[in-house]
Amino acid sequence: MSLDLFVSHYNYWVVIFLMMVGFYILISRGNLIKKIVGLNVFQTAVFMLYISMGKISGGTPPILVDPKGEGKGHGGAETVGEAAAEIVYSNPLPHVLILTAIVVGIATTSVGLALAVRIKEAYGTMEEDEINRIEAETEAGE
Amino acid sequence: MSIVVDIVLFTLLGATGFALLKVRNLFAVVMLAGIYSLLSAGLFTAMDAVDVAFTEAAVGAGISTVLFLGALALAGHHENRPGHTPLLPLVVVVVTGGALVYGTMDMPGFGHPENPVHHHVADHYLEESYDEIGIPNVVTSVLASYRGYDTMGETTVVFAAAVGVLLLLSGARRSGSRASPQGKGGGR
Repeated sequence: MSLDLFVSHYNYWVVIFLMMVGFYILISRGNLIKKIVGLNVFQTAVFMLYISMGKISGGTPPILVDPKGEGKGHGGAETVGEAAAEIVYSNPLPHVLILTAIVVGIATTSVGLALAVRIKEAYGTMEEDEINRIEAETEAGE
Repeated sequence: MSIVVDIVLFTLLGATGFALLKVRNLFAVVMLAGIYSLLSAGLFTAMDAVDVAFTEAAVGAGISTVLFLGALALAGHHENRPGHTPLLPLVVVVVTGGALVYGTMDMPGFGHPENPVHHHVADHYLEESYDEIGIPNVVTSVLASYRGYDTMGETTVVFAAAVGVLLLLSGARRSGSRASPQGKGGGR
């Protein structure tokens, strides 16, 4: 039973491990670019979770093998048509959602990087604690 | 066979994740992030998501790496040693991970055709999309037709992000040149 559970949930658990690696980089490292890398790691792990849910064992990519049903028309090729009827396709819906998410992810990453570059120009550093110190000194000076 | 590929790729992904944690040279970190994306693209192929794998390899491993390298060229690549103790983040991560693993206990197993996720609208897309849209690739017909508005919203987000990046970077250059005669600001 527990081995069954391990085999059927192995994907989810590794994905959660990767998510947590990304999360740990995000909250424990002070460098802004490293934080964005951690965010990307987390994000890709979420993509893997979704794609795992869409997979069917023994399935093929959701590209129709015989869309017009031609296999059945030509006497001799009947077996091909019957084989095509038994093909199992993986679920296309998670794929579509993740395609959208990848593109939106690169958009947010680029805005994050531009903000990091801008902060570097304004403060001369990308380290969170140094930025906080400069902020505190500026407030104390005013 | 497929399960072997699965396990090997996941092991490599885990190793890359650990290396990302440890390495402090940001150029190496960006390269490792590219490797991570490429490995995940391989995993997507193994799990039948060929369109996703294609996009991830092009966008995640390609464009994203180029953007990171551009940012490093502008901002430098040194990372300080983390100053504070990593105990609190570690506790937060372990608790969150534990909660998520507990949540997966109720999830149906990997790859079973009877899972609820496969029987809502997915059946309709697989059976009817060729008659309704006329494209053999179901992912394309869902993306471009059934969920066309979704994709239009996505392009709006990309446009907004591009405008935001241009404003941020051009603003940086303008205020930098204005600030430098006064000897203020760290701008170059």
